[in-house]
Amino acid sequence: MARTWIEEVAEVAGGKISFLQGGTGEPLLILHRDIGNPGWLPFYERLAQRFTVYVPSHPGFDKSDRPDWMRSVRDMAIVYQWFLKTLQLRELYGVGLGLGGWIAAEMATMNPYLWKRLCLVSAMGIQPTRGEIMDQFLVYTTDYIKAGFYDQTKCDELYGKEPDIDQLVRWEINREMTTRIAWKPYMFNQALPILLRGVDTPTLIVWGREDRIAPVNCGERYMQALPHAQFVVLNRCGHFVEVEKPEELAMLIVEEFGREPARS
Amino acid sequence: MHLMYFTEQPMSAYPQEEGEKFGYTALLFPNKFFDPVAASRLYQERLEEYLYAEEMGVDGIMLNEHHNAPFCMQAKVNIFAAILAAMTKRVKIVLLGNPLPIADNPVRLAEELAMIDLISKGRLVSGFVRGGGVESLATNANPAYNRERFVEAHDLIIKTWTQPGPFRWEGNHYHFRVVNPWVLPLQKPHPRVWIPGVVSRETIVWAAEHRYPYIILNAPLEECKKIWQLYDEAAARVGYKAGPEQRGYLIRCHVAETEEKAIENAKQFMWMQGEFTGLTHPLWAAPAGYLGEWARRPLAEYRVGRRKQTMPPFEKQLETMSIIAGTPKQVVEKLRIIIEETRPSILALWGNDGKVSHEDSMTCIRLLGQEVMPALREIGEKLDLKSPFEANTPVSLACTPPHELMATAAL
Repeated sequence: MARTWIEEVAEVAGGKISFLQGGTGEPLLILHRDIGNPGWLPFYERLAQRFTVYVPSHPGFDKSDRPDWMRSVRDMAIVYQWFLKTLQLRELYGVGLGLGGWIAAEMATMNPYLWKRLCLVSAMGIQPTRGEIMDQFLVYTTDYIKAGFYDQTKCDELYGKEPDIDQLVRWEINREMTTRIAWKPYMFNQALPILLRGVDTPTLIVWGREDRIAPVNCGERYMQALPHAQFVVLNRCGHFVEVEKPEELAMLIVEEFGREPARS
Repeated sequence: MHLMYFTEQPMSAYPQEEGEKFGYTALLFPNKFFDPVAASRLYQERLEEYLYAEEMGVDGIMLNEHHNAPFCMQAKVNIFAAILAAMTKRVKIVLLGNPLPIADNPVRLAEELAMIDLISKGRLVSGFVRGGGVESLATNANPAYNRERFVEAHDLIIKTWTQPGPFRWEGNHYHFRVVNPWVLPLQKPHPRVWIPGVVSRETIVWAAEHRYPYIILNAPLEECKKIWQLYDEAAARVGYKAGPEQRGYLIRCHVAETEEKAIENAKQFMWMQGEFTGLTHPLWAAPAGYLGEWARRPLAEYRVGRRKQTMPPFEKQLETMSIIAGTPKQVVEKLRIIIEETRPSILALWGNDGKVSHEDSMTCIRLLGQEVMPALREIGEKLDLKSPFEANTPVSLACTPPHELMATAAL
């Protein structure tokens, strides 16, 4: 089958941001997780049938240049506003996965008119009141990723039973950048739940019921913070919803993003 | 030569089988196995041993710091340093050292060290380290900024000691409205700074560029030669010729009245090695960003088992002189080889560890101080190995007179 996407580079904030682009239709930005972007996933392909999908690798992740000056997820969110300006994208749809969900939420608090609609999938960013976000810095990345799957065969299909050295090195690069911006407090911003109250973007929050990395309670807290949100919890699904339930997640998003009007 | 006594101060009184069951004895190994009654006794014994070491004639007592692990009971190196400052009279108090990146307030550290120097009447040697990965995790200091914080904290401490306050510090990781502590070191221009290490090439070069003595921590002899080459090249680049006064070496060395007894006790160094390398999670030893880019691939290879890091057996370590044990006469002959090969002017003898009894530790210290060290001094004199104190070396490159630099640069 012919490749349906292209790889591009944008110059932003003194560095290169590498991104994948595919599909046609209104623009939709996908922000990936702390482990990086594994490539053009079937989930992206499914969304590309309806939208023009952009999947950048965060600064310092995968092939994107590392900004040595960057210290926080907010810095990252600001760089993404710059990235969108560079691509001349003003109002668009957003899908934030894990750490990418946190970035998308920060972007929403900075510019409440940015997202037409937003989907946060097992997003980091808010401290749970029950349970804790699993600390990747105390375990091997492979163990962290395995913990994120309810169905281990899905993990093996994506990364192989024993990820190779190159894959481990890529994960290490991404983990280093995560360390630089999310070390303390780990994976949340205490101000975020307060600031999100001012965001009226219609938001779909999706979680896997068996998420062992970000407790479902994180999603409940996003629900409490965002005035126009709805919450969907998928059964027999872990943290990596887009890999374990790509079809279901894409359908939820297409249906939600297709509603009119986009903003109340 | 400057001859020091060292022990890791192990908290050996914990149920070892629990450590083996847990799989690791660092960071997350539950501290319910910490025995405060035994720990109090062990602190008293170590203190008694340090005082005895001074009485037996050692030149210096080397102290260090680690966190969340039973292999070292010193959670704050400055505490024992302060005690020794008051209770000893003559020995240098050599801290190898304060882990700078985990300090959020280097000015306070500069104050503490100044107090130790004043109380000891100018006997402080203030070494600095980056701290291990576990230190970063245990104190929640971001490992990705470890080296940046090390360098900046060092610069701030030296400035605090050498430039009149008040001044303002607006750095990358540290920010102070007012730096103007009302306590400064007795030694001028400032206490000597020695840098211990073994892993990072960057640290070796950094030490050489500052003209700080580098103390190799028990690395194999072949490795030492590479380290000195790296050091010497960096020294030449900045304009001085490095010599024995910049070279230090730490070696495991246990002495007893008989060879049998010494070897039996020296096996306790294996307990230490099991603690330090075998039972420390490799990830915790090198959290993300703690090491340079060069480490990514070796760590990944280690992870998939393509690279192994195993400690040679005890007998092999005796053979390669990674561990030295015997009667005073026997160990002097082996140390002679090490000294001739590596030409250090600073030698730390790591005498006792693991579960070596207090009584045997005292015997070891007596034999080291009264029989081994005098013989080593003779060897050092013959080889012209002058310590920084004997050679009166400038404390740093910054404190080296310009004419001396030009003269050495011409060499």
